[in-house]
Amino acid sequence: MSIILDKLNYVYSPGTAYEKQALGDIDLVIGDGEFIGLIGHTGSGKSTLIQHLNGLVKATGGGVYYNGADIYDPDYNLKELRTKVGLVFQYPEHQLFETTVLRDVQFGPKNLGLTPLEIDLRAYEALKQVGIPDELIDASPFELSGGQKRRVAIAGVLAMKPEVLVLDEPTAGLDPKGRDEILDQIEKIHDEQHITVILVSHSMEDVAKYVGRIIVMNHGRVAFDDTPENVFAHYKELEKIGLAAPQVTYAMHALQEHGISVRTDVTTVEEAKNAVLAAFRGWQR
Amino acid sequence: MSMLNSDNLTFEYIRRDEEGNVESITKALDGVSLEIKKGDFVAILGHNGSGKSTFAKHINAILMPTEGTLYVDGMDTREEEHLWDIRQRAGMVFQNPDNQIIATVVEEDVGFGPENLGVPTEEIWKRVEESLKAVGMYEYRTHSPNKLSGGQKQRVAIAGIMAMKPQCIVLDEPTAMLDPNGRREVIRTVRELNRREKVTVLLITHYMEEVIHADKVIVMDDGKIVMQGTPREIFSQVEKLKSYRMDVPQVTELSYELKRAGMPLPDGILSVEEFVEACGRLRQSGGFGE
Amino acid sequence: MIRDITIGQYYPADSLLHRLDPRVKISGTLLYIISLFLVKNLWGYLAAALVLAAVIRISKVPFGYIIKGLKAVIILLLFTVCFNLFLTSGTPVFEWKFIRITKEGLYLAFSMAVRLTLLILGSSLMTFTTTPNELTDGMESLLSPLKKIHVPVHEVAMMMSIALRFIPILLEETDKIMKAQQARGADFETGGIIKRAKAMIPILVPLFISAFRRAGDLAMAMEARCYHGGAGRTKMKPLHYHRRDGLAWVAMAAFVALIIASRKF
Repeated sequence: MSIILDKLNYVYSPGTAYEKQALGDIDLVIGDGEFIGLIGHTGSGKSTLIQHLNGLVKATGGGVYYNGADIYDPDYNLKELRTKVGLVFQYPEHQLFETTVLRDVQFGPKNLGLTPLEIDLRAYEALKQVGIPDELIDASPFELSGGQKRRVAIAGVLAMKPEVLVLDEPTAGLDPKGRDEILDQIEKIHDEQHITVILVSHSMEDVAKYVGRIIVMNHGRVAFDDTPENVFAHYKELEKIGLAAPQVTYAMHALQEHGISVRTDVTTVEEAKNAVLAAFRGWQR
Repeated sequence: MSMLNSDNLTFEYIRRDEEGNVESITKALDGVSLEIKKGDFVAILGHNGSGKSTFAKHINAILMPTEGTLYVDGMDTREEEHLWDIRQRAGMVFQNPDNQIIATVVEEDVGFGPENLGVPTEEIWKRVEESLKAVGMYEYRTHSPNKLSGGQKQRVAIAGIMAMKPQCIVLDEPTAMLDPNGRREVIRTVRELNRREKVTVLLITHYMEEVIHADKVIVMDDGKIVMQGTPREIFSQVEKLKSYRMDVPQVTELSYELKRAGMPLPDGILSVEEFVEACGRLRQSGGFGE
Repeated sequence: MIRDITIGQYYPADSLLHRLDPRVKISGTLLYIISLFLVKNLWGYLAAALVLAAVIRISKVPFGYIIKGLKAVIILLLFTVCFNLFLTSGTPVFEWKFIRITKEGLYLAFSMAVRLTLLILGSSLMTFTTTPNELTDGMESLLSPLKKIHVPVHEVAMMMSIALRFIPILLEETDKIMKAQQARGADFETGGIIKRAKAMIPILVPLFISAFRRAGDLAMAMEARCYHGGAGRTKMKPLHYHRRDGLAWVAMAAFVALIIASRKF
């Protein structure tokens, strides 16, 4: 189970005055069960890249292989791929259209031509996974709060039972608590369902807290691809491409520069706390 | 001198069923009393649905209080004859940058407000130039807003308000739909305007790092003001903030956690510099030698 | 792709055509359309096409960019051509089973195709070279006599200009919603006409909701900026006739004369 991107290139409006290389020579292997953070400033090619993963956008060069099969093979079933690689767009609540929450979540499974029983089962399960209480399933999706709408929209993709879940900024516009709730739920789904999750985010703090691997995009190319510790160690290069490391990483480097020696390969509050406490106990001795 | 003065401001949404009977009454604002002085930079924090946007819409007389009063620069918002004066003096910037730009050329959009106020043509051009320069978007004056980034669009929207020569700008989650660079751009612009042009700023947000430079922070929950004070006073109360679905900057949380674990750090550390300084002092003093 | 529709958009450039008074451009476009229907023979079409080509050249809008706008109406164009080609009676030139093409049909199909193409190119050239605000101002000024009979001219003009501003935004949004529904297994490409029409619901509902939300937001933003209709409003860019506008009128009169003259050939 893996996605392989091989020398992937994508050029907008080729052959016209508006020609623009959106992706250049992307080589990536996305393994089974990974939790990946995809970061990059606006226009770095992140959104274009994820639309290649389920065949919504066709590369102008190179190939995409899903579980070893070439998705650009004329016989390849792209519709099936779209169910395997679930893509949650930015502000997904804007795609809700049905009269009730349940019916909206059933839309995906219905398109798969499943039996009514299976459609129901999947919809209920998906709604449960995102934490929508039972009393809301017959409500109109448009009466829900912003955070609830977003979860229903995510459930709409989960009900397809994807093997890979790609989320484009799932927390945009939510308040801090709403943000943590959604990310915790996604982490839980990743752990319990053993699916691959790719999280596109602008928040370095969020990415550092949840993912095991970070892919940094810049000008349509992969700039870094490593663990959070290793990627954020390059915080100075990240700044040059309009990004940053989590605030605690800076705090540790600043301590180090002031002659207080602490571990600097720190990306979360928890790790920073342990690093400083270790140094503090050193002074007390 | 007070720019805004609200006394026991209350606003109720009444939901009716199909027969017109009252189904439920929601108090979106519940007895909000506060005063904002001219020239201040005030931030209102609160989770989605806490009533902060409803409050903002009262300042512009888009909504009218069910109970209580709100004075904008000494004018009661309920009095119809002050409506246009109030809207000119307290300009408003909204969340979605696309949905508040009216024209298809940047300079024409900035001119929209003054046109509505009946400002003479020459004066409009002068104001448009000044406002676009003040937000650093003058070189984009002939561009189409569709081609700008989110942060640039919001700066154009701010220029559109500045061209009306307001005394106060109310920004209702202006950065919620922007990326980190766009957010920084907008906040920097707003701080500049506050500092240089002495415009009163009321910034509504749920991004903590945007409020650490404010003169005063107000936290709202369930339609009420639940905390107010300087950023340091507010961010000293990490647990209380979290109970209102809010957060604190990472370094503030780190200092708080370290303090709980026994390190004698001061409350309400807001920046990396303050944190490093506090740790440095701690190492030297109190017998904690290396 | 749906985003390629360029009709009704403004193309910023610095050209004589961009600087012309919008009232001249609107009247000119109308005159051009009327004269297209006055054309009787090939010479007339040739003249109309050449003049348009020259004006496009002056406008500095890339030719390819204008042609792209045609793609959106190609179905309409083909439909008109087929309709005229197969359903006009007269002298047959080609017959096969039930298909019958007549000489008159050929000519009608050709002239309709040319007329429509020139009409679309001509009117899109106007929107390419005139900002929606100018367009609104021009319309408002041209229609102002109607104010006397209580037609809300300013409001209608404002509505038009806002519609133009939001066309590209809503097109992009449509593209996004389509992709999002496709990611949920929606299929817009296969099936009969009913199935396809039904497949539009998951696109149309979110699109309408979004359009209404935007409209609400925009109305609020306009009110917050003291918009209260046309009364008491001043203009940032008031309309003034210049020498070039007078010259344009003369050129337009010459063009109409040319077209009328071409009928005699």
